[in-house]
Amino acid sequence: MISIIRTMWLTFLHMFHKRATIQYPEEKIKLPARWRGRIVLTRDPDMGERCVGCYLCAAACPVDCISLQATEDEHGRRYPEFFRINFSRCIFCGYCEEACPTYAIQLIPDFEMGEYNRQNLVYEKQDLLINSEGKYPGYNYYNVAGLAVKGKDKGEGANELAPVDVHSLLP
Amino acid sequence: MSPLLIVICVLGGLLLIAPGLIWVERRLLAVWQDRYGPNRAGPLGLLVVLADTLKLFFKEDWIPPFADRKVFVLAPAIVVITVLMSFVIVPFSPGIIVVDLNIGVLFFLAMSSMGAYSIILGGWASNNKYSLLGAMRGAAQMISYEVFMGLSLMGVVLITGSFSLHDIVEAQRNMWFIIPQFLGFIIFLIAGIAETHRLPFDIPEAESELIAGFHSEYSGMKFGMFFVGEYIGIMLISCMVTCLFLGGWLGPAFLPPIVWFALKMFAFIGLFILLRASLPRPRYDQLMEFGWKILLPLSILNLVVTAGIILWNES
Amino acid sequence: MAFYIASAIAILATIMVITRYNMIHALLYLVVSFLAVAVIFFMLGAPFMAALEVIIYAGAIVVLIIFVIMMLNLKEESVEQERKWFTRNIWIGPGILAFILLGELIYILVASDTVLLNNKVVDAKEVGLSLYGPYIVGVELSGLLLMAGIVGAYHLGRQKRKVLHRFLQSTEE
Repeated sequence: MISIIRTMWLTFLHMFHKRATIQYPEEKIKLPARWRGRIVLTRDPDMGERCVGCYLCAAACPVDCISLQATEDEHGRRYPEFFRINFSRCIFCGYCEEACPTYAIQLIPDFEMGEYNRQNLVYEKQDLLINSEGKYPGYNYYNVAGLAVKGKDKGEGANELAPVDVHSLLP
Repeated sequence: MSPLLIVICVLGGLLLIAPGLIWVERRLLAVWQDRYGPNRAGPLGLLVVLADTLKLFFKEDWIPPFADRKVFVLAPAIVVITVLMSFVIVPFSPGIIVVDLNIGVLFFLAMSSMGAYSIILGGWASNNKYSLLGAMRGAAQMISYEVFMGLSLMGVVLITGSFSLHDIVEAQRNMWFIIPQFLGFIIFLIAGIAETHRLPFDIPEAESELIAGFHSEYSGMKFGMFFVGEYIGIMLISCMVTCLFLGGWLGPAFLPPIVWFALKMFAFIGLFILLRASLPRPRYDQLMEFGWKILLPLSILNLVVTAGIILWNES
Repeated sequence: MAFYIASAIAILATIMVITRYNMIHALLYLVVSFLAVAVIFFMLGAPFMAALEVIIYAGAIVVLIIFVIMMLNLKEESVEQERKWFTRNIWIGPGILAFILLGELIYILVASDTVLLNNKVVDAKEVGLSLYGPYIVGVELSGLLLMAGIVGAYHLGRQKRKVLHRFLQSTEE
């Protein structure tokens, strides 16, 4: 009996407590640093696309919301022909980011993606690509990879020795 | 005032306040849960009432194919009609009462016992096992608590010597009945909450176990009737408590009687909402045990002691 | 006039009670019939009786009957069965007897035109005084009957406490 009255009194006192609600559109929430929101495709420092179209993100995606088609340019540099993310299916789990070997696909803290038309939630490559290096500034995948592309031949990358000439008899 | 005008005023007032209580309840609940509640539509979110009503009106009014159509339609009407009928005998202030029946309190009890039909028939006609369970719980709960409700009132009736609510309020000029009849007041309040099946006694609905119980098959305006009926029921119980134990319209003269009545009534509506905000729902058998093993002996004791004191004073 | 409307409703509702195949519908008509009877009581100057009629008969007893019927979980088949049971052979006998009674009643009403509606209002106080004055024996007897009913219900409803334990699997008295 006393405990019931005490419960009611304590509930009544909550009237004078601070509100827990954040009045959203006027007042924004403070997001944590590692917040996983909208997915973007980042670029190299030389503004080339980082994505090499390896399909690992599409394979890792638990809801199959990523679809892409890889292709090559004339210098042997791979890039996605199209890259499509259906954000009406995306669950923002971040597995694609973890799977990406080139740090191309990244999740940024933007989450305000409300749309009236569901079709507008399907993002194409031009919507996903940003002119930024994202969370890894200065990282250039082709600079650390052994592949020869335009402007960088084999052995010219960082921490890379010149390729061994197999036809030479010299040690 | 002419009787017709009073009827129109009371009916209009009730049907205006009842949806307003949706807003009041949501705001108050929010306040007690450290939230804001509806505050977007209109000033202070008041237009949420309009939005809710419109939503209910335009929802599909669906009758399940397995339901008993006639009874299914009849059930929600009963709750509104019986509760509205009960307001006939409520004296809002000296002149404002529809009919001053000499069996006023009994009329209220009769109407509240008829109100049990809406739950039973609604649950039965839905032909759904959750609804049926809700209806059976509701029936048992309402019949049981009606007994204590009637018995707890009898102390007041004994002191006044009349069933008329007008006489009962007039008899409280010197002292409100909440002081001599405190036990009766508590029992009546608990029984009243159980009669309107509000939280913490919302066992017929119990959304977490019975998916809204007796009205889980209802939609649209038929559900709206149950909804409005519940809010008018809260108002009715608040009015009755005010009349029977808190001196109705009586109060210091600086406010008109009707304002005193409204103040007391809204205080009790607030209490109802506070109960909802703070207390958990008991189990069904706990509710029954509490009723029959605690409330019934207490109310009989209250009645016997009151009668004894009255006889002592007379002799 | 209001008296005739109320009585007509009461009779019609009672006929509907008898002829419905669906039990719940029949009980609903029974409630209507009780309400009509309550209105008649009210008009004949017994408001207390009217209120008690609604509270006890319509509000409690029929609710309990509906409660039991709900538990029985009657379906369409039972409606069909009722329909089969309700044959001419069943109702013709009681019907004739009731009709004879009705004839007698009408004869009495027509023959002796001393039917007067005494519009003296009998309030709760008078009912109480007569119950605890001349009819005290009846009140006490019905009290005894109800007590027996309560004790019987308790006896039927009493459950032996069952001990749910592997080694103490026994029923206590």
